[in-house]
Amino acid sequence: MTPLRQASSVAPGIDALFDAMLALSAVVAAGVFVAMTVLCIRYRRGSAADRHGAGQHEFGIELAWTLIPFGLFVGLFAWSIGLWRRLQTPPSDAQTVYVVAKQWMWKTQHANGQREINALHVPLGEPIRLLMTSEDVIHSFYVPAFRVKQDVLPGRYTQLWFTATETGRFDLYCAEYCGSDHATMRGEVDVLPPAEYARWLRAHAVQSLASRGSQLFRQLGCSGCHGSQSSVHAPDLSALYGSTVALSDGSHVIADDRYLHDSIMLPAREVVAGYAPIMPSYQGHIDEEDVLALMAFLKSSDGGPSHEQP
Amino acid sequence: MSNPDASGILARPLAGGSYLTEGRPGLSGWLATHDHKRIALLYGVGITFFFLLGAVAAALIRLNLLTPAGSLMSAETYNKAFTFHGVVMVWFFLIPSIPATLGNFLLPLMIGARDVAFPRLNLFSWYLYVGGGLFTIGALLLGGVDTGWTFYTPFSTMFSNSHVILAVVGVFVVGFSSILTGLNFIVTVHTMRAPGMFWFRLPLFVWAMYATSLVMVLATPVLAMTLALIALERLFGIGIFDPALGGDPLLFQHFFWFYSHPAVYIMVLPAMGVTSELITCSVRRRIFGYKFMAWSMLAIAIIGFMVWGHHMFVSGQSMYAGIVFSILSFIVAVPSAIKVFNWVATLYKGDIDFRAPMIYALGFVGLFMLGGLTGLFLAATALDVNLTDTYFVVAHFHYIMVGGTVMAYLGGVHFWWPKITGRLYPEGPARFAALLMFFGFNMTFFPQYLLGYLGMPRRYHAYPEPYQWLNVLSSAGASLLAIAYLMPLCYLAWSLRQGRRAEANPWNATGLEWTVPSPPPTTNFALSPVVTEGPYEYRS
Repeated sequence: MTPLRQASSVAPGIDALFDAMLALSAVVAAGVFVAMTVLCIRYRRGSAADRHGAGQHEFGIELAWTLIPFGLFVGLFAWSIGLWRRLQTPPSDAQTVYVVAKQWMWKTQHANGQREINALHVPLGEPIRLLMTSEDVIHSFYVPAFRVKQDVLPGRYTQLWFTATETGRFDLYCAEYCGSDHATMRGEVDVLPPAEYARWLRAHAVQSLASRGSQLFRQLGCSGCHGSQSSVHAPDLSALYGSTVALSDGSHVIADDRYLHDSIMLPAREVVAGYAPIMPSYQGHIDEEDVLALMAFLKSSDGGPSHEQP
Repeated sequence: MSNPDASGILARPLAGGSYLTEGRPGLSGWLATHDHKRIALLYGVGITFFFLLGAVAAALIRLNLLTPAGSLMSAETYNKAFTFHGVVMVWFFLIPSIPATLGNFLLPLMIGARDVAFPRLNLFSWYLYVGGGLFTIGALLLGGVDTGWTFYTPFSTMFSNSHVILAVVGVFVVGFSSILTGLNFIVTVHTMRAPGMFWFRLPLFVWAMYATSLVMVLATPVLAMTLALIALERLFGIGIFDPALGGDPLLFQHFFWFYSHPAVYIMVLPAMGVTSELITCSVRRRIFGYKFMAWSMLAIAIIGFMVWGHHMFVSGQSMYAGIVFSILSFIVAVPSAIKVFNWVATLYKGDIDFRAPMIYALGFVGLFMLGGLTGLFLAATALDVNLTDTYFVVAHFHYIMVGGTVMAYLGGVHFWWPKITGRLYPEGPARFAALLMFFGFNMTFFPQYLLGYLGMPRRYHAYPEPYQWLNVLSSAGASLLAIAYLMPLCYLAWSLRQGRRAEANPWNATGLEWTVPSPPPTTNFALSPVVTEGPYEYRS
């Protein structure tokens, strides 16, 4: 088997920590095995070794091999935490790609509306942030060559980011057991040079995610209440994303991805202050990809629903 | 050793015979017994049976993984095989293994008591164990369960079409068996120690049982609650874990690992206790750092309750939770490191013989250390991201729970075999089996570390071709391991009739259990022993 490729910006740092721990473990394990072997031979029954004076300085020795491992562990912890924070914090200029997992496939969609199944095309050297959710059970997005993995849950968004540093195709696995065909829920991440990626996007150009969302917004009847000229008393959704919303129970919530998702799928959960809980739930009527399209529309800079013509 | 039985009165065989021959004759004498020693043997039969069942499932898994396409069985069957393997091995073999058999047999003997504090409750615990086992076998016979032993939601509650409820009920019931056993042991250690058996004169095996019992009593009720909630959601659609019903799937993982991480210590603390007894007797020396050994077990039991989140670094819990659980997981490794160093230090200036129990014990130390060191990789969040849910984790916990615990369990069975049966096991085959087990185990599971490092996810019925040769190596090792596990079954059975008769103390060991005849009389001690010194006074 070929050695595992190091194809993301975080991989070398993670591998350096792995190698350091491996070296440390090897030294400790070898030390213990050698000590065991030497002592077992030297003090085997019947050997002539001197056995007087065992068990001295016990407390000092105990203290030493309590504190030295502790110190080493704290060092390893600190090293690991630096990498961990980096893994958990996507760069602000990362480009978002949406991932919806379901039994047993990966569906990905790019901002320009390009959709793929069990595949993901990304440009080389540019940070990519995946915003992921599941239609059914828990899955886990895992690309060994990138050293990244993140569980994908139903009912919430999780994120993962990477910057690919090598072109080529890399295995994508589902790493969280998800039922019968878990083992075949696999795909490929295809890293292209930026120019080629741009060509690929153009070649498959379709309606953008936000514009599909805008279309859904009308088709599903959202605009009937939330449109700017609607007579129904419903909250205005323009510039909603990222704002603070007052709820009818007196609390406040930030209108993030989760909030938008739940407001469409479980609207009775958090009702905006001053409005009646009359919105129907769309759970079971639309899938997570549609929700993502609606969200892209609500977030889009060309304005959101109030700028739409009814 | 200082002999608490200088006059030899305790070791004299009693006119009435042993616990094996006294009491009501026939099956009812066993199935209605209150004697801790007979109950230990009842458990022994039960866990051996379940070990064999779980091993058959393991064999099927390893056979299936010989080819990348997994051509031996369908994906559904494979998923049921690894689920059955996990459920049976965790709850019906590993958790009861040492506590319910050696613990039940030895705890009262080691502290100079006639029985455990609640003998009837002890028998009831065994019936709960059997009852839980019947549900689990029922689930298997009706077609099996495919959720994995972890029962992750919402798959287990809303999506699986298999016999989840039966399996959950089985585990729920057997959980009470372990709660009651833990309770029984705690009360026994507190109230039934012989005169002079102060806390820091307890053999480390008793300390191990005590620490284990604390975990059983405090953690297992959380498992019971969690399983009950699964049943509520699955049967009545009450939204607890499934987001479509308004629940939270991560809540399940918090509950589950709050039990299941401490459960790892239920499995390995007893093995640490056994190893300490085996090594001191073979080395004929006091254990190095007795108090550190006792305290480190309690430390593991307590800190073990605060590390569950390291199973969830990539689950979607917050970055800060990851940081806290990471440092706590590193900290819980410190007492384990202390123990390994102390076992090695005990060899210094010893007078070591290498009978089979010692070989098993040294095997335990080696495998436990490798399992523990790889645990550090998983405690480091940044590495865990890559390694979790791969074969690296599978290898890690098999090193601890199978390499470690099973080696120690079998070492203990050999060591106390003369006490339990009154017969000696044959030394040659026993040594060979121990060495073969160590070799076969490493050949089976070391390749799995490499598979995980190379990214092969666990619970895969089929896998990409580059992973094949390591899987073939692992399966080949498993066949050696199977032979090594079957050997003791054969020669120990043989020794029941053909083995040499054992005297009260064939190993010239310290410890009150060696002062009574082999096998002991039902009442253990004719007179309550008086203890005058610490547990491992091999050289005064």
